[in-house]
Amino acid sequence: MTQSFAEMSARERLDALVDAGSFHEWLPPSARVTSPHLAQLGVPAAFDDGVAIGRATLAGRAIFVAAQEGAFMGGGVGEVHGAKLVGLLQRALRDRPDAVVLLAESGGVRLHEANAGLIAVSEVMRALLDVRAAGIATVLLIGGENGCFGGMGIVARCADTVVMSDIARHAMSGPEVIESAHGAGEFDSRDRALVWRTTGGKHRWLSGDCDGLVDDDPDAFRAAAIAALDVHRPMTLEALQQESALLQARADADGDNADAFELWTRLGISDSRAIPDLEADAVRALRPAAAAALANGGA
Amino acid sequence: MAGMETLHFDFVGGRALAPFAPALVGVVASGNLEVLVEPASHAGCRIDVDTSARGFRTVWEAVLRDFHARHGLAGLAVSINDMGATPAVVSLRLDQAVAAIAGARP
Repeated sequence: MTQSFAEMSARERLDALVDAGSFHEWLPPSARVTSPHLAQLGVPAAFDDGVAIGRATLAGRAIFVAAQEGAFMGGGVGEVHGAKLVGLLQRALRDRPDAVVLLAESGGVRLHEANAGLIAVSEVMRALLDVRAAGIATVLLIGGENGCFGGMGIVARCADTVVMSDIARHAMSGPEVIESAHGAGEFDSRDRALVWRTTGGKHRWLSGDCDGLVDDDPDAFRAAAIAALDVHRPMTLEALQQESALLQARADADGDNADAFELWTRLGISDSRAIPDLEADAVRALRPAAAAALANGGA
Repeated sequence: MAGMETLHFDFVGGRALAPFAPALVGVVASGNLEVLVEPASHAGCRIDVDTSARGFRTVWEAVLRDFHARHGLAGLAVSINDMGATPAVVSLRLDQAVAAIAGARP
């Protein structure tokens, strides 16, 4: 029985991902670079503001790496948290490691910090795209219990490679946000099966939003990250046009806002009701058929 | 609006620790806390607590006095960010922090 990647802390995930003992942290907890905003709100700070950043090796290759702690403020990106990510990415432009690997677990902007958090997230997006454009592999791993939402959900899709576990979640607005804006009739945030089949790793995999689907296992994430070290997807006009065409095809296939079950059926999966109970490797095998169906505008 | 409460405790005596790398255990989350242990030049053990739960000085003092009595470490600075952890959780995290210091075990 291996340990659940989702249940690990950010620092445990980081240690399990990189080569043993290779992580060198920048701005460690003892540096006490903490949020200047939270104390005014009566909220305790964290010594690392909820994110660990540094350099390490992965299969002997030099990488820069960051891990967000979802248990602290839901992994929300505050001013310092965001600045640490931006600093890591800008340093990558200077030092040119083989890859930048981000272990994302975040609800998005830390609303306590309002505009400072919003600006921080947009700066992370810009910095990540700069690193990707410089030809340094950018890898987003989503495996924490809180998933990857809001601004960090957008950041994730700025990377060359996105890897999720079958129990991980990735979206823009989270379930509670959608429900509070549009009502439980639109999206019932307490319906866990609905939430997972709409935002979970299996759906992201089948609909082409992530590039790897792995088990909830640290070794599986490590293997996927190693495989992504040489994956580069330059953001050319042609690549963007292809992406746009794929999104249009998916929107067409999903014309009447069908449930994920219905969309999977339209993507040519014969027994879509069985998907939630399948293991990750069984779902992995269904991708080529779904991709082909999407390319043909739905089955 | 209630702000944070900051508490300081100094315990004298104990076995001096050899130099060690700072260690962090726990996470600042509801009912949880993080504990940062660092080497300090002073004799004894200094503990700084930032907590969102105001008015529990006597409970903190009892829990931390118990910690010092159990481990008796000197040359140690302990910094805590707390979000309403119970005494049992605080004691557990302190023990984890000591376990993370190489050479802290007798």
